[in-house]
Parts: sequence; C-alpha cells; structure tokens
Amino acid sequence: MYIIVVGAGKVGWNLARELLEKDHEVTLIESDRRRYLTVEQELEHNVSYGDASELWVLERAGIQRADMVIAVTGDDEDNMLICQVAREKYLVDQIIARVNNPRNRQHFDLLGIKPSVSATDLILRLLEHEVPEYGLVHLLDLQEEQLEIIEMLLGKDSGVTGRRVGDLHMPEGSLLISVLRAGKGFVPNADTVLEEGDEVLAVLDPGKEDELKVLFGPGGDGDVAGG
Amino acid sequence: MFILIVGCGRVGSSVARAMLREGHTVSALDEDPESHARLEVGLEKSWEDLGGQFTVGAGLEAEALEAAGIDQADVFIASTDGDNTNIIISQIAKRRYAVPNVIARVLDPLRAEWYARQGLQTVCPTRVAIDMLETAVRDSASRGTGGSGGAERARGGEA
Repeated sequence: MYIIVVGAGKVGWNLARELLEKDHEVTLIESDRRRYLTVEQELEHNVSYGDASELWVLERAGIQRADMVIAVTGDDEDNMLICQVAREKYLVDQIIARVNNPRNRQHFDLLGIKPSVSATDLILRLLEHEVPEYGLVHLLDLQEEQLEIIEMLLGKDSGVTGRRVGDLHMPEGSLLISVLRAGKGFVPNADTVLEEGDEVLAVLDPGKEDELKVLFGPGGDGDVAGG
Repeated sequence: MFILIVGCGRVGSSVARAMLREGHTVSALDEDPESHARLEVGLEKSWEDLGGQFTVGAGLEAEALEAAGIDQADVFIASTDGDNTNIIISQIAKRRYAVPNVIARVLDPLRAEWYARQGLQTVCPTRVAIDMLETAVRDSASRGTGGSGGAERARGGEA
C-alpha cells in the first residue's frame, strides 16, 4: 500500500518506521524544517518537507495514488482539514486522524472524519477497564452498525447474581453474549446461573447502557420487574 | 443582524467595528484577552458601552461559540490567523449550528478555491493582492512607465 503520514512527531515518525518495516511505501510529511532534517537522517527519501495542508504539497507527495492518509500532527484543525481534502478532493480510500484534544472528537464526527484516534480516550478506556468501580466498560463501538459491546463486573450486591439468565429482564435491543468466570469465557444459555465476580459481555443498541446498568447494578431486576 | 466574528486581528476587529457602527449586533470571540483592546482602537467609548460583545475562547470550543451567541447568529465570520481553523470552524457553524451566512477568510488561494467549490463562502486576501498587483503591473506597463522600452508600450497599446 502507498501510505502518506502527516506529522513527524513521535507518533508519525514511529508509525512511518513500522509501516516501512511492513514493506509499505510511505511518505512522511513534516512542516518544521529542523524536525524534518532530524527525521530525514533516518528515513531519507521517505520524508518530505512541507505543510501538508497546502494542496500542492500533498500533490507533490503523490496523494492521487495514495491508498491511505494518516494525519497525526499536534493540531486538530490540521488533521481534520488534511483528512477532509484527502477523502473528498483526492478520493483517498482510507483516512485515519489523530485527535489531540478529546473535546474535538465531536468535530471530527461532524465532518465525517473516521476513524479518529485519541490517545487520551484510549487511556481513559483502559483506566475504566482497570477500575471496576466505573461499573460498565465500553469494549467496542460499532458506529456504522449502530451497536456497542460492553462489559460489566457483577459485584456482591448485584441484583442478578444467583439468577438464571433465562429469568433476566434484559432490555429490548440487548443481548448477553458471554460470561467470563474464573479466567474462562463461555456463552451462557437460559439455565446459566450468574455468580458474583462474573464478567458479562453484552451487545446492545446505543443508549441502552443505563438500563443495563440498573439491571445489573445493586438490587436491579428485583421482584418489581419480575412481578 | 447578529454577527459573530471569530478572530479579532486587524481584519476581524475592523470588520467588527464597521458592523457595529452600521447598527448591527456584533459579538467577537478571540483566544487572546488582549485583542479586546484592538476592538476599541479609534472608538470614543468602550466596546461594551457601544453595545458590542466580547468573549475569550477558542473558535473550536463549542462552549465558547455558544457563549458568544452562535445560536442566534445570522452571520458567522471566521477570521483567525489560521486557514485550517477558519475552514473547520466555518463548517461547524454551518452544519452544527445552521448559521445562515458563513464566511471564512482563507489566505491560501488553492484551499480557498477548493472549499469555495464545495459551497463554503471564502474570502481570499492573497488572491485579491495577486490580482491587484498583476493589474498594477499591467497598468504601469501599458502607461509605458516601466522603462523597458517600446516593446512593452506596443503590447500595452494592443490590449
């Protein structure tokens, strides 16, 4: 594949190096002269000097034949603009944008710039995963498919421990897909009885998290719902 | 009309003052609190006393845009010193806040031209400067003041 990477900071430089090792053709574009000269000592002709938000710089790098453009500069506006022109003007099939400030993610989404990657968001997700007090962990958002997969740890006070899966009042648009117990995962059936310490994975329509949180939380799915 | 101007440099502040004098409601947004002083250059009263509004914040921050009144804006002008910022926030103003009139200042003629073709109203000062300079050179050539002799004069004469 021919891949253009914009921004030779730590992310861009390492990314370009890895992609070259995987035998891709890569052009890394950097607008800071000093940074360019540093990176050029290692990557040589694979790095190009210029401001990639200038269309002629992208054209000089051969964007017309690029299979993928990855914008990882430290500036969200630049990453959005570069990805937008790559896709809409030069019809590049795949784009990936870096989000520096997670609050800007909404703008990437608004302009249809997907996928976008935010290191801050990734670390927050990991944090959620490591800290069970957060309750419900988003494992995967399938935005196009309008589905998400979440994980929940069943605490001692969860209203569903000791109950049969078949007796749960799962909200419409949600499905229990697996249970992780004592390090092993299995697909539950209606007769599976949930235990304290189980990690359950569920697939659901976006917006159903709160209902599930109540169901699997303390005292959830009690006799009120059952009756 | 309610006019929101993002970016209060020489251009943004001048446009803001002119629009305020013409009786419009003007709100200015800039990251730099000091740019408030630029708004008041040549004014006899303070910007606020004359009815102007000023908000400190970045054009990419939804909260700042909302505090500056983007929901009521009839006109949105993006005149920060960054072309990419102006192009992106203009699209946000159009798509997210449905501002009816959105104008972006874009210094790079190539970007200005392409985004204009995508339906974004752009003003390109560089393009204006290029055209004016070319015209000025042609005019002086046709007046024969260029000193390069009869050939230039003759060509100017034909045109």
